[in-house]
Amino acid sequence: MPAAMNASATIGNAELRRVEGMPWLCLSGQWTLAHYHGLAARVAGLRARGGDMADARLDFSALAALDTAGAELLCELIGVERLKSQLAEARLAPGQRELLEAVAAALTGPGAPPPKRYRFGDVLVHIGKAVVAFRDHAVALLGFVGLILEGLARTIWRPRRWRVTATVANLEYAGFDAVPIVALLTFLVGAVVAFLGATVLADFGATIYTVSLVSYSFLREFGVLLAAILVAGRTASAFAAQIGSMRVNEEVDAIRVLGLNPVELLVLPRVLAMMLALPILAFIAMASGIAGGIVVCALKLDIPPGMFLSVLANEIGPRHFLIGLGKAPVFAFLIAAIGCLEGFRVSGSAQSVGEHTTSAVVQSIFTVIVVDAIAALFCMEMGW
Amino acid sequence: MKRVNTARSDVDANVIEARGIRNQFGAQVVHEGLDMTVRRGEVLAVVGGSGTGKSVLLRTIIGLNRPAAGTVRLFGQDLHALLVGERVALARRIGVLFQQGALFSSLTVAENVALPLIEHARLPQAEAARLAALKIALAGLPPEAANKLPAELSGGMVKRAALARALALDPDILFLDEPTAGLDPIGAAAFDRLILTLRDALGLTVFLVTHDLDTLYTIADRIAVLANKRVLVNDTLAAVAATDDVWIREYFHGPRGRAAMAAAHPRVS
Repeated sequence: MPAAMNASATIGNAELRRVEGMPWLCLSGQWTLAHYHGLAARVAGLRARGGDMADARLDFSALAALDTAGAELLCELIGVERLKSQLAEARLAPGQRELLEAVAAALTGPGAPPPKRYRFGDVLVHIGKAVVAFRDHAVALLGFVGLILEGLARTIWRPRRWRVTATVANLEYAGFDAVPIVALLTFLVGAVVAFLGATVLADFGATIYTVSLVSYSFLREFGVLLAAILVAGRTASAFAAQIGSMRVNEEVDAIRVLGLNPVELLVLPRVLAMMLALPILAFIAMASGIAGGIVVCALKLDIPPGMFLSVLANEIGPRHFLIGLGKAPVFAFLIAAIGCLEGFRVSGSAQSVGEHTTSAVVQSIFTVIVVDAIAALFCMEMGW
Repeated sequence: MKRVNTARSDVDANVIEARGIRNQFGAQVVHEGLDMTVRRGEVLAVVGGSGTGKSVLLRTIIGLNRPAAGTVRLFGQDLHALLVGERVALARRIGVLFQQGALFSSLTVAENVALPLIEHARLPQAEAARLAALKIALAGLPPEAANKLPAELSGGMVKRAALARALALDPDILFLDEPTAGLDPIGAAAFDRLILTLRDALGLTVFLVTHDLDTLYTIADRIAVLANKRVLVNDTLAAVAATDDVWIREYFHGPRGRAAMAAAHPRVS
């Protein structure tokens, strides 16, 4: 072992010596975390030699420093049982005996089970779990919609139990506060659609049809869809976070314990406010999208606003407007229901609030687009 | 009681020394001219009513909160005058058990404990895992707990896992913020014993913030009472209990205080 001795003056070492024919295992230097890697290699080397260490006695006199990491290695080198039996007669600095005893006791129990390994089949398991989770989600949403309708049916006949203040407060947040952003974004999208139409239709000399393009798309689809997506991102997440943090605080449980109905107290005001707010926002979205189209037509295509409006009035019937607006309450109901449901699914931690808030946004946008696509197909088949 | 360790040169008896600490948040002054010391190898408990800034004091001493005035010396070094590298070296000599455990929620218990070993002691994964298993066993957790995520643990196990992480680098000082809060009496008593065992085995100095009178009577060598924005008295339990102050009398000689004293020292009562 002389080579190892030279490596560092301070790093711990263990050496077999014969004193008066008796084998002694002499421990020296620092057995600490700082030297753990080097010490571990030495211990492994000594253990590989095995044999002649078995009946050696322990000499700790040259041991300079010891911490739990060093004690762990000593236990490995000497063996927990043998170390325990020799500690009684060994001469140790104060504190080191307690340390070695504590570490030896901790190492006596069963070792940790091996961590779980990942296999290829786990992908299939994951897919299976995701499919089941999706189904459970859909079932839970349908169940929750049922609960909301039930709560609505219960309270609608009793005006005393209407939560007017909560509904109005939610209406302000979900509707009124969202007006600027909805108006601005739809105005810009309206302008972009008009630009696109102008570019394509100019080749056919049919730029006047830009008016129809903008009007149709905003009245039937874009107005309500853009408003719904914005509201889903803005309000569904807020609903999930509000109800979710109430779950974390056990406020929802407190509501139940007080004999009140959380659906009636928390969900109905939000759903009703949303069902009032989204049609209004959709109307604003349609108007400001068409306004964007009017501006582009006036500036780029020499179609004056008056002409735009007369085409709008004469060519495009109110049917399209009604179809567009008719979808708004449905979207609103779904968005509010998903937002509230995700809030109720929060369990315990702040992290869970974040996860379910994200999930509420993704799900409500997904649902809105799917339902819109189905509605578009339906209207097409019906010839509306 | 104390570990003989020639690697650490500072033989200064006061491992923590706070002088003239002043902490304020906005207009609200929490500490004003606060002095306190913690000696090597002792268990010092900080008590005080709600809002007297016990946790703020702990955060100030471990350097998470910079006092508006005053100095904090750890191992004789002025904490807030150190360079970043020296601060990091100092941080390796202290372990902190936060009130909620503050385990990293995305890592298993074993990974939580191994993290400082890998990052600071630069151990390879396998060796860090071996040492982590030892610390987990030292903290009194069953081996199966090693592969669990913090969310799967009970309150008492979270505390033990957090203690294992605090002990990962063999600190000289262990800071405990309300270690027994939220534990049932059996779990709390077991945790108190664990702290004592580890203090003796590892030669720790323990700085403890607590509300728990039983903990105070069982493990504290000295007690610092926070009141009126400073340390009212910093002495042994008997001396503190004998201090003439309204709050201290209420605290130590109220019904709960008497019960805890009777449980800890049957002969006194």
